[in-house]
Order: sequence, then C-alpha cells, then structure tokens
Amino acid sequence: MTGIYLTGGILIAGLLFANRNVIINNVLIILFGLLQTIFTIYQCSNYRGTELEYFTSDSLGLLFLITLTVVSLPALMHSYLYIKRSPETSHHSRSIYFAALVLLITSISAAYLANHIAVVWIFTELTTLSASALIYHHRNKLALEGTWKYVFICAISITFVFIGILFLSLSLQGTGSEDLSYSNLMAKSDQLNPFWLRLAFLFIFTGFTAKLGLVPMYTAGVDAKDKAPAPAGALLSSALMNMGFIGIFRFYIVIAHTPLHHWANIVIFVSAILSIFVATVYMTKVINIKRMFAYSSIEHMGLVMLGVAAGGIGYYAAILHLVLHALVKSSMFFQFNQLYNVFQSKSVAYVGNYFKYNPTGAIVLLIAFISATAMPPSGLFVSEFLIFRALFEGQYIFVLLLVLLLLTIIIWAFAKNIFKILFSPVEGFDDSNVPRINPWESLTQYVLLFAAVWLGLNPPEIFVDLIRESVILLQI
Amino acid sequence: MIDVLLIVFIITLLYVSIANRIITYVKVLALQGFILFGVTFMQLQEINTLNLVLILLETIIFKAIAVPLFLDHLIKRNNITREAEPYIPNFLSLVITTIIIVVTILLANSVKDDNLDKIFFIVALSTLFTGLYFIASRKKIITHVMGYLIIENGVFVLSLAVGNEMPMLVNLGVMLDIFASVLILGIFLNKIGDVFKDVDVNQLSNLKDY
Repeated sequence: MTGIYLTGGILIAGLLFANRNVIINNVLIILFGLLQTIFTIYQCSNYRGTELEYFTSDSLGLLFLITLTVVSLPALMHSYLYIKRSPETSHHSRSIYFAALVLLITSISAAYLANHIAVVWIFTELTTLSASALIYHHRNKLALEGTWKYVFICAISITFVFIGILFLSLSLQGTGSEDLSYSNLMAKSDQLNPFWLRLAFLFIFTGFTAKLGLVPMYTAGVDAKDKAPAPAGALLSSALMNMGFIGIFRFYIVIAHTPLHHWANIVIFVSAILSIFVATVYMTKVINIKRMFAYSSIEHMGLVMLGVAAGGIGYYAAILHLVLHALVKSSMFFQFNQLYNVFQSKSVAYVGNYFKYNPTGAIVLLIAFISATAMPPSGLFVSEFLIFRALFEGQYIFVLLLVLLLLTIIIWAFAKNIFKILFSPVEGFDDSNVPRINPWESLTQYVLLFAAVWLGLNPPEIFVDLIRESVILLQI
Repeated sequence: MIDVLLIVFIITLLYVSIANRIITYVKVLALQGFILFGVTFMQLQEINTLNLVLILLETIIFKAIAVPLFLDHLIKRNNITREAEPYIPNFLSLVITTIIIVVTILLANSVKDDNLDKIFFIVALSTLFTGLYFIASRKKIITHVMGYLIIENGVFVLSLAVGNEMPMLVNLGVMLDIFASVLILGIFLNKIGDVFKDVDVNQLSNLKDY
C-alpha cells in the first residue's frame, strides 16, 4: 500500500502540474484526499507492519500520520477556496500550487513512516522542494526573498543532516554492521563510537532544527510561513514541524541508550531555552499576524523539546503537545484567510474589531488564542502542565522559573495583539465594502479546536496507548 | 597520491579566501571538481564498476564542467560585477581560513579511531567551516551560492572516506549535490537575476517583523 500511495501521490502531483483544466484539477484534489484517507486507515490496520523494507507503521509515525491527514483535508479545502478567490491566480500558478501541496503531504507522510535515517533524509529534501514552490506562490519580490532564504537555509540544513549521517556511519563502523535503520542502531547502541556519535547528533540536530523551528535554524521557517498562502502555512507550521521532530526524536531514542544521553539533553536544553527566548523577543514587537503565529509555533517547539530533555513524563507530554499544537495552529492559519478577506491586511495595526465583521471567525480566533497560550480548558494546558511537572521532577527549577517568566511575557504580547484584532476598532477603516464571510467556512476550525480540547482533557484510551507506545523505548 | 590531491584541495581553499574576482571562484570550483574526480577514482576501488562510473561522471561532468559553466553564464547574463566584495579584508580572511584548518587538524589528532583516514576528516571539516565562513563574509548572493557549493565538495570528500564500506552514502551525496544545485542555481538564481537587478544580499532584507 505504501508503494501505491507514493506512486499515486507523485502521479497526482504530476498530473496536477501538467493539467490546466479547473474541473480535472478539482477531481484530482478530491482523489488525493481519498488516497490520503485510505492510506491512513490502511496503516492503522497494518499497525507495526513493514512495507517496501523502509516504511514501518509504528506508533509515533501512525500518530503523526493521522494528525497530518486530519489537518491536510481541511488544508486542501481551504486551498481550493483560497485559489478560487484570489484574482491574480493564473492556471499556471494554480497547478504548481496544488502539485506542490500534494507532493508536500505525500513526502511528509512517507518521512513519518520511514524506519531508516537516510530515507527520512531523502523525504526531507523533497519537502524542501515542494515547500519552496508553495512559498513562491505569489511571485513577487517579497515571496522571492522568502523563498530564497528558505531554500538556502534548508539546503545547508539538509547538508548538515547528511554530514551527521556520515558521522553516524563512521560511528557504526566498529560494530561490523552497515545498516543505518533505527532498529539496527538501537541494537548496536552500546557499541557505537561515542566521539563520532557526538558529532553525528550535533549535526543531525542542527540540520533538523530548520524543519522543527528551533534555534539556530528557525529563521527560514518564519519567513516561509509568512509568505506561503495561509492553508499551506498551516501545513508548514504543523505537519512539517512534526516531521522535523520525528527526525530528531528517532535518533534521540538511540542516543538515550548510550552514555551520551545526559550530554544530548544539555544540547537540547540550550537550544530549547534559546528558542523560547527568541520567540519571546520577537513576539513582543511583531505586528505581522502570520509571523506572530509562526513565532508562537517556535515557542511551542521549544516547550516540546524541554519536555524531551527533562525526561520522565516529559516524553509523553511532548508528543501530546505536538499533536494538539498541530491541530490548534493549523486552525489559526485557516482562520487567517477569512480575517484577511475582511481587512485586506496582515498587519495588526490595520486590523481591528473583528467581532463586528465576522463573529463566527472571531470566536475561532479567541478559542485558538486560549488554546495556543495553554489556558484551561484548552488541551494544550494539560500537556504544558505535564512538561512543567517533568521539569520540576527533574530538578530543573531554574529552567522552569525562566521559562514561566518568558511564557508570561509571550502571553501578554500575544493577548495584546489578539485583543486588538478582536475588539478595538481601527481608525479610518472603511467598512462599506467588507465582504460577508460565510460562517460555515469556520466549521473545520471548530472541529480542529474541539478535537484539541477533547484529546487533551479526555483522551480516548487508544490515543494514550499510542503515545505510551511511542515513548516506551525511552523508559530506561 | 590521494594525500597530495587532498592537500591541493585544502590549498584551493586558501586561494579562494584571498581571491578578488568572482571568476576565480568559478575556476577554483572547476579545479575542485577535477580533484574530486581523481580522489574518487583512486579511493573507491572496492565498489562495483557501474556505480563507480556514475559517481565519476557526476564529479567530472556535473561538478567540474556543468556547474562552473552555468555559473559563468549566470554572471554574464545578470551583469554581475567582477569583484567578490568581501566584508572582511583579504589578509584577515586568509588568517581566519588558516586558523580553521589548524583547529580541524588539532581536533582530528584527538580522534582515536583506526577506521578513518584522518586526512579525509580534516579536509571535509575545514572545507565545511571555510564554506560557512565564505557565506557569512561575502556580500553577493552568487558568492553565497559558491560557498554552498564548496561545502558540498567538502561533504563529498567525507562521504568518500566511508565510500568503500557504504557506497549508498556516496550515492546519497551525489543526489544531494544534484538536487540542491539544481534547486538553488537553476530555479532561483535565474529568478533572482530577473527580479533584482543587482544581486546583492542587502536587497534581501525586506522581510521584517515590524
């Protein structure tokens, strides 16, 4: 089935690229949505099965794959609406957009399930290619600048990951085995050469931070989410970030069984705290709404990595947090297009009193804000609380205090902007030709936000089992 | 003989660090391609012939001929001026590059692993850091791209060090080369040349947070 899915995905992307007819275009998108759903359902039934030698449907991959599918179906729908409405879209840019979107979703799915570090790397390359086409969608100077930065930084990052893989192979040389699959690395973890392993971890970690959105390579992602159309931005800041996490986390599990575990935790701590710090600094002065969402994602990824570094219950919390964050952040990005339709601006300065023009959407934004800042009743409250508990139990009191302080500042800055958007009117805003937004367009966002609350507060047993299963190798 | 070639490779780095003209960078990239061809030919003796031929073709056709020619074409087409325009004086660049090389040699000497030819490690790592340094210290986008290509050559050297045991990794390196070069050079340098008249990083600072 993985073979069928990959061929199907690439074939549909190719057809979308070649096709100029609107109806065929829509049929192909629906077809891909079906393919993605069937593939996900199939992988659920094929739990722990391996296909094509390199793709294993393990619990972590499956969990993220389901999240991706849940997010990507509304993303396809909102992309359709977005393209239909934007007047300047030519047939050419429409076909490139959808082809790139399909290719992005396909390669992220494959990267989730890959059980071999080189295969993950190959699909990471493919996501760079497809994401850059999405970022360049508007074909103006700023889009070009964003694309250039994204491509260049991602190219350097995947080179770093490749160097890391080379070092990993050096570290494996003493063991008499040449297989770079994660299961083999786990089996050989006590014989790996620590010097090379250390270098390998540094390079692989640095490389994947471009996708995950941590210091040092976070910059590319922020520009990308700003310039890409919002439905694509939703995928970039949810599913693609989860892919970066999977790249780091699967290797981290191997590291955790070596004497380098403690050292790796320190590296992750430094990077995570710096990320939260950077997010705080930018959140206080950012006025571009999309960039604000992107920096909020960086903050959340910092929290996730803190959970991983703290250990204990933190592993569980980190994965729960990633799933919930993907749902919340993508609903925020989906809502952004409706906001933009009302105000025709991305800047907080020219946006205000959203409740007056589109109450349904304004409530989405309010709930999403409550969720993203992890206030109860949001599901993220639970995961963030568990991360803090892990920090507390791990005796990282100073880290905890610092992070709480930074989070307070972030909540203040975020709230300042969101309440401005929701309530305070903009002077001189001409509301005579504001379009009426169809309230049903917000339905997907309500579903996603509700799912985030439900999974956080009252998780079904199978969901808990899947998360537990994904971190079971870390219970040493 | 491999050692000689790799040392020449390191010397090219020092040469680039004091180069004034962009065309020198292009020539050095071509030279590095030929050096890599020689190293590959002598180093990878245990892998199967077809694979070796493919890798050799990649080094000679892609690295040594196609990419430099294309860069040359881009420079002419976009009327890029001849100067490399570093932020930092050439002498200082030379010193910094030397320091990078010395530090990697010291680092390599601390490694206790008999499996690895240290010279590969030294060349690869110093090329990587020198390339990053070139990217940080040059003004033009095209020199950034060349810095990236230099990094890729360094990574290729490192993949040769393990090439006999794991030829798959060398193939992946070739794939990375072609993929990233085509993506960066083919699509975007062309586009950037069309949109921005004089290609300079200072023009790429409009995406801001405030």
